[in-house]
Parts: sequence; C-alpha cells; structure tokens
Amino acid sequence: MSTKTKTLTKQEAFFEYLVRLADDRLILGHRLSEWCGHGPILEEDIALANVALDNIGHAASLYEYAAEVEGEDRHRDDIVYFRNDPEYKNLKMVELPKGDFGFTIARQFLFSAFSFFLYQGLAKADDEQFSGMAEKHLKEIKYHLRHSREWVLRLGDGTDESHQRMQDAFDGIWTFTGELFYMDEVDELLIDEGLGIDTSVFREDWKNLVTDVLEEATVTVPDFDQYMAEGGRKGLHTEHLGHLLAEMQHLRRSYPDAVWE
Amino acid sequence: MSTTTTTYSKKEIWRWLQEVTDPEIPVLNVVEMGIARDVTIDEEKIIIKITPTYSGCPAMSAIEKEIKVKLAEKGVENFEVKKDFSETWTTDWMTEEAKAKLKDYGIAPPGKTTADDDFLKSLKSTKVIPCPYCESLDTELQSEFGSTACKAQYYCHDCDEPFEHFKCI
Ligand SMILES: [Zn+2]
Repeated sequence: MSTKTKTLTKQEAFFEYLVRLADDRLILGHRLSEWCGHGPILEEDIALANVALDNIGHAASLYEYAAEVEGEDRHRDDIVYFRNDPEYKNLKMVELPKGDFGFTIARQFLFSAFSFFLYQGLAKADDEQFSGMAEKHLKEIKYHLRHSREWVLRLGDGTDESHQRMQDAFDGIWTFTGELFYMDEVDELLIDEGLGIDTSVFREDWKNLVTDVLEEATVTVPDFDQYMAEGGRKGLHTEHLGHLLAEMQHLRRSYPDAVWE
Repeated sequence: MSTTTTTYSKKEIWRWLQEVTDPEIPVLNVVEMGIARDVTIDEEKIIIKITPTYSGCPAMSAIEKEIKVKLAEKGVENFEVKKDFSETWTTDWMTEEAKAKLKDYGIAPPGKTTADDDFLKSLKSTKVIPCPYCESLDTELQSEFGSTACKAQYYCHDCDEPFEHFKCI
C-alpha cells in the first residue's frame, strides 16, 4: 500500500462514507438471508428474512445515492457486483459466518444498538436526501434492536445450553466490536462538513446499553478494552468475505447482461 | 411529434395514480397509501415523486413500474418517476378511508404514531392492537415480522384467529 499524500475531496469522502455504510448493510443482509429456510422456528425464519430485506434495502438506497454523488453514471449494481474483496469496506463483524442462532442474534444486537445511535446522528446530517434516508432506516433499525434484544434476554437467561451459547457468541464476536468505532480521514472530513458522525460521542451510551442488556440476560460482559481487530474500512478482510462475494457475485459476473424481467 | 405535457392536468394525473394499487395490499392505491407524494408538470415532462414505504419492500419497484405502465397506457410520453427521501414515509400519511379498507380486508390498521424519544426505555412495551374481526382487545403479539415488511403477526384470544397488523412507523 502506498502512503496517501493526496487529500480527499468532500465528494470523494462522501462517496466512500456512503459505500462503507452500504457495504455493512449489504453484507449483513446477505448473512441474514442465509437463514431463510433454516430458522429455528417459522416466526424467526420470517423475521430474519425481513431483517435481511431491510438491510439490503438500506444498502440499495445508499449505493444508489453513492452513485449519484460520484456522478460517473454508474448503476448501484455495478458497485455491488464488480468490486473485489479489497474494495469492500464493511466492518469485519458483518462478514463473519452466520454461526448458530445465538451468534447471529449476538451480532444483530451489537450492530443494531450501534446503528441505533449512529443513524440518530445521520438523520440530522446536512443533506436532505441523506438525512431523510437515515431517518427512514432508523425506524426499521429500532425494530431490529427490539427483536435482537428480546432474543438475547430469552436465550441468555434461558436454559443452561442457551445461556452457554449466548455467552460463547458474545465472547467470540467481542474482538470485532472495537471496529464499530473506527474513524479515519474520511470521517474527519465529513464530520467537519456536517455529513458524518463522530462515533466517539455515543460510545459510552452504546456500552451502557449493551452492558444493561447483557447483565439482564445473565451474560458476563466481556472486556471492552481487550484486543480489537480492525481493517475492514481499509479493505483488509477475513477469509470469509471472499467466499461470500463469490456466491453473491457469481451469477451477475457470469451473465453481465442479465436483467430481471 | 411529441405531445406537449401541458395538455395534461394535475387532477387527471392524480386520478390515474389512484388506479395503481399496491400489489401486496390490492385494496389500496398508491395515493391513499401516501406513496405518490407530488405531481409537477412543466413543458418538458411530468415528474411524479414517490416515497418508499419500507426500505426492504420488494413491492416498491413493482409499484414504480406500474406507475410507469399506467402513464404510458394513458399516452403520456415524457415523464419521470422519482424516488424522494427528503420526507420520511409514515403510516400517518395513510388516509382514514385507507385504514378502514385495510380493516375490512382483515388487516388491523396502524394507529397514530407517537414520538418515542424514550425508545430505549420502551423497548419492551408493545401496544394493544384490536382484532380486526371481532374488535377484541385480548390479542397477543406473535412476531414483529409478518408476511411482508410492513406487517406484524398477532393472535386473537377471543375469536382464536391469527391476524396481521400494519405496523405504525
Ligand atoms: Zn378476534
């Protein structure tokens, strides 16, 4: 990697910011969609498919807006299907395999709680279309937070096995939670422009919410100051993303002119 | 060769839009749903602004397409259907007639949305939704997610019927 000396323009930064947000939601949506037909009970199968659709819907509108900001006449699908893993900027947390239901729920809860605070901020961004989108997504994120929180409580404070699985899930994913609050020059520039959010502002609120729910669920809260993995925002991913993209992109790349009719 | 857009009146366009229904809830049209927000006509083209309901709603692209088909059918040549996010769709935009139609269709309609500043505190609370069949208040939320993005699943303990509720957002 060459060291960057070039300074970002506002337009470049905004495009990057939108794509990062969209990548998180697309990849998470894809992981959730893997539950379709495999949910532990019918209601959950339907719920996870709905949450997957919401996330993919959020991603679609963010990519569409990113393409507009970029102004190069790209379709949102070009951004989705014709980038390779180093060009994807999602958090590592969302690309991890879906695991058992407990793992999916742990991730869903931690990410939805983070999104809840982030999108409250974005809903006040100094851009009518972007803030409107964020406000809309926030309404749905609240449902996702409510849904995942209930399952954390039910399973954490459930049977010995469900409790152990919830504990293992949080212990396993914990090292990926620090990256939620990763910020770099893209964020800094956009915070100055009133388009981005300084996530350190709500870090304590997020920790408190997570701590409250985990304690109520009798899950031992892992150490917030332990070693944290990062790299996703720079395109450095786990081996899992490549496999996910291969599956997601294969059809479109094999038949680039195919259209839905 | 092109017909000028100014030969059309806004009223006419709105009437045509009322002929376009939601594929998932065929008793409602896109005007009473609050999806079609604005019609503007200038010399060059007619612009119809639509606001998406739920982000993940697969019906949205179908609705967009059906609006285009409808206008084409009516002979309009120059038009654009534009997605607008500047205002956030809410179930409060659904007309009272629309809510009554929903109920007749067997879907418990959304109530008024309430500001939920204390959302975190109210994480647990769920509202009482009357059964659309027997009006009973003895109903229970089964899942916040139903057959489509906009609906939750409930169960009525009085008439022992499952029913769907159009969530208020
Ligand atoms: Zn009833």
